[in-house]
This record gives sequence, C-alpha cells and structure tokens, in this order.
Amino acid sequence: MKQPPELIGTLEERFAHAVIAFVDSDGYPMSVATEFEVDADRGVVVLQAVAGEAQPPAEERVNVVFSHIRPQPGIGYDERRYVSLWGALRPADGRLEFTPEHVQHWDEQEMSFFEYSERSVPQAHRYLERVSAETGREVRPKLAFGWLFLRATRLPFLTATFVPVLLGIAVAAEKDGFNWWVALLTVIGGACIHLGLNVANDVFDTTSGADAANVNPTQFSGGSRVVHYGLMSLRTITLLSAGFYAAGIAIGLILAAARGWGLLWLGVAGVLLSLFYTAPPLKFVHRGLGEVIVALGFGPIMTLGAYYVQAQEYDLEPLLASLPVGILIALVLYVNEVPDRPADEKAGKRTLPVRLSKDAIVNGYAASVALAFGMILVFAAAGWIVRPALIALAAAPLAVPVYRALRDHYEEPYVLMPAMAKNIQLHLATGTLLILGYVIAIVADAV
Amino acid sequence: MGVLPAPVEELLNTALVSELTVVDPKGRPVTHPLIPLYDGELIYLTSSILFSKKLEHIKANPKVSISITDPEAVKVERFARVTIKGDATVDDSDLHAGWERVLPLWREKEPAIDFFLGKRVALPLFFERAVIEVRPRKAFFWEEGRTDRAPQVFEVAPVLA
Repeated sequence: MKQPPELIGTLEERFAHAVIAFVDSDGYPMSVATEFEVDADRGVVVLQAVAGEAQPPAEERVNVVFSHIRPQPGIGYDERRYVSLWGALRPADGRLEFTPEHVQHWDEQEMSFFEYSERSVPQAHRYLERVSAETGREVRPKLAFGWLFLRATRLPFLTATFVPVLLGIAVAAEKDGFNWWVALLTVIGGACIHLGLNVANDVFDTTSGADAANVNPTQFSGGSRVVHYGLMSLRTITLLSAGFYAAGIAIGLILAAARGWGLLWLGVAGVLLSLFYTAPPLKFVHRGLGEVIVALGFGPIMTLGAYYVQAQEYDLEPLLASLPVGILIALVLYVNEVPDRPADEKAGKRTLPVRLSKDAIVNGYAASVALAFGMILVFAAAGWIVRPALIALAAAPLAVPVYRALRDHYEEPYVLMPAMAKNIQLHLATGTLLILGYVIAIVADAV
Repeated sequence: MGVLPAPVEELLNTALVSELTVVDPKGRPVTHPLIPLYDGELIYLTSSILFSKKLEHIKANPKVSISITDPEAVKVERFARVTIKGDATVDDSDLHAGWERVLPLWREKEPAIDFFLGKRVALPLFFERAVIEVRPRKAFFWEEGRTDRAPQVFEVAPVLA
C-alpha cells in the first residue's frame, strides 16, 4: 500500500474532487464537495473555498475524503478506491489549506476487495459480540443448511476421490468383472474418508491459527473457514469429521469382511495418512509431506483399494494406472497452496510453495505434468495399462494455462483462481479419459 | 412526492454511491462510501458486519450526513450536489435476513445485487448486514455541483403519523 507522502502526491491523478467533512455547530457532521490541488513539496492539499452555510470552520480539524468508483451498470462497480485524511484546515489566500496528519485508505488495485473483507473478519466478530451483549442472546452469522454443508465439507472436491476409485473399479472390470454393490459401497466409503479429511483439515487449521492468518483464501484454497467466520463451532465440525471417519471405517470393515482382509492394511494406511495429514503428532503437511501424502492417498491407495474389493487380489496394473492420477491430484494441492503460502508459513506448514522459490515451483509443475503424461504414454505403449488409455493424453493441453498463470501471476491470488479451476479440470479430465480408456477396452473385449 | 425536494430525490434515486459521515467517539467526522436507497421518507444504507465500526459510531451518536458528490456515480440530466443531515438508527435485529426488506430498492438501482447475492456462500459475512435508516432533517443543494456558490437549504418537515 502507498505511504502517506506518496499517497498525497498521487491524489490529483486518482481523484476528481474532495469532500470536506466536519462537525457543525448543531453537532451534526456536515460534508461538502470541492475542487482541490496538491502542493506536494509542502505536503498540503489546497481546497477551493466553500460558500454559504456549508463552510467548514477555519482552524479546526476536519476529515477530507477522496473517493472514486466507476459504476458498471448491471454489473456492479470497479476501480474502487478512497483516501481519508484527517488534519487541520486553515484559510489561505481565499482558499483552504489542509495539512494531513492521519490517513486511512484502500484501493482495490492494491488490495482486492476479498482480502480487504478477510482482514475485516475480526471487526465482524467484535460487532457480533456487542450485538449479543446488547440483546442478551448469542448472535451468529448464518448460512442455509445446504450451503453450509457444501462449504464445511468442500463437497465439490470429491472428484479427487471419484476419479481414483472409479479407475480402480474400471481396471478390475476390464480384467475380472464387476460387482455393483461393492462398487457403490467403495465410492461411498472413499467419499466419507475424504470428507472426514476435509473437515479434519479445518479443525487443525483453526487450532493452529492457519485459517486466521490467511487473508487470501480463494474458493479453491484456504479451507472452508466455517469456524473462522463463526458459522459453525469447532466442536460441531470435530464431531462432523469424526462421523465421516466412523462411517468410512465401518464401510471399509464391511468390504474387508466381505471381499478379503487383504484390504485392511491398505484401509488402515489410507485412514491414518488422511487423519495425520494435519493432525498432531505427525502433521504430515507441516513437515512438507502433504503433496506426497495426497498423491499416495488419492492415487495408489484409493485405486488399489477399489481394485482389490472387486478382484479380491492385488495387481501391478491398477498401481501403474493410479500413478498419473496421484501426481495430478498432488498438483491440485500444489497449485492451491501457492496463494496460501504466507499464512501456511506463519502457521508452520512447510508446504512445497513455502519451501521453494517461484521458479522451482513453476518448473516443478511443468516437470510433474510431463511425468504424469509421460507415464500414460509409456505404460499404454508398453501394454502395462490398456492401450485406449492413450486418449487421456488429450487432456494435457489443460496444463498450459495453469503453467502460464503460475509463471505470470504467482503473486496474485485472485488472478490465479481460473488457473486453479483449470488445474482441477486437468485432473478430472485425465482421470475420466483414463476410465473411458478402460471402458473402451471392456467394450472392445466384449465385441 | 416524498419529504425531500424533487431535485434532491432525483439524485438520491440515481446515485450509485454517496458519502455517509458519522461522528466517532473522539468527536471526529468519519466518512464512508455507501449506496443510498430512498423510499420517499427515509434514506436507507446497509452495512456488512465486516465494516461495522460506523454502526457502533451511529449507535453512540445518531447524527449523520449523506452527500452525493460524484458526477461519475450519478446519472441525471443536470448534475447537482447535495448534502443531507439527518438522524440515523441502526436495525441489526436480524443481520442475516432483515436487510432484505430494502432489497427491492437496492435491486432497482443495482440489478447486479442478485448476482452477488447468489454468491452468498462465498461471502457469508459480507451478507450479514445491518440497515441504517436516516430520517432527513435538512438538505443543502448545489446546482451544477458548484459549492463555491451558496447552497439552497431545505428544512425537512417532520412526518406526521
């Protein structure tokens, strides 16, 4: 943000008029617009005199405000900015000289409205506490139940579970056949563990202070913030997380009992990796292992588990098929961690974007994407996964805008948002095309 | 016909932004840009709890003024400027939905509000809002926005119940 002397020097180019506000003899605040120019050398704002009853009092402290907004009819506004100065006003040569002493300002080109709002969350809580004290009842912010559930669980991220689970099922179906109810239970069980992880992540990001420290959350990063905003209590989301884990574990045990206890070690590994992703004492994400854990959990572990409950044995093919999916989901986390890195660093989360330079992160993204698609090419060409899986290469161009956005807008969280969305599409499209490759192979085998 | 003169009402009904000035506990004027809404009797402004210091100031001192000064934000045939002094009350009895009573006035002036309201899940605290109701007492009107000339001054007659 601009500092006061620099700020005053830019007033003429950024604002068309000034508003002088003062308290009049009736005790009412009075405000009146006028023309102005800046004497930067003397650090004063020279204001045109105001006529009649609205004249500001001489030799008194006033508030001089410069405000700009460009209405976009039917859309809203842009170019919002204001500078509010407090100081002394004195008459000089038929005009008014204003010497600023205190300044408050905001320009959405320097600080986005979202960040401005996030920085104001403590004021919202203070106000709610005061209203609660005035009314004698606890006043909390609200959100409709459906929206709150969606927000608290981060439901749309379930694609990260659906892709590897359906891929495991597809690989099994191509090799050994397919059981509907087992498939359904696998999807539900995997989703429960994933939602348990999402909510647990918020529990520990709240207690570690990571959520409060993050003033640049986006719809893809920064967690659900339901506790930080006061929409849900820590106790409620802790119970919600425990409920999802309990349901997921119960489904895993049913599947293990029905399809083979060989599932157990994989299931235990999956639950532990998920839980200790942010939970103490292991806190994998704080130790810089978050990306690896996500790659393992939402790649090989889910795909192998889904394969095992169908085929009732382990095999190399689902493991190979899961590797590109695991890399791409880790890249979703990797890119989403870029805007979170100042807050993550403050909270002691040593993610890759916290530890590495911008160049290393951007090049690391390109290399990882190349590795994922190189694997698909080599594995399919060698016949280690089905050849129609090669169609997944068609998703590769989706990585280009993500790479460019990281390279060009690394420091701009809200400009990165479309790239984050594109990166999620990259994982989803690649996974879906891999699954489609297996469906084509199944149909081809049947014909 | 409302409580204010027609040219003042025209400005209030078209302005996309105004300056609300309140008095802080130290007696200093503090100005905030806000969209003004008007129903012929009261001027309404809404404030998110995120930016709620002004609400605390009004509760402590209800004397406020509202100015319309920016030619960019007012689409009228003959630009003018106005400052309205008045007494404000804060309605925060239902922060979640209470402000929606002024939504028809808001929508008329800024149709995009429905789009933003649809994003409520993304900005939940922004849409926890109090309504500031201002009863006008006195209006200062400057033809062509020329504040170097004395304003026309209108005392607002009290509304009889």
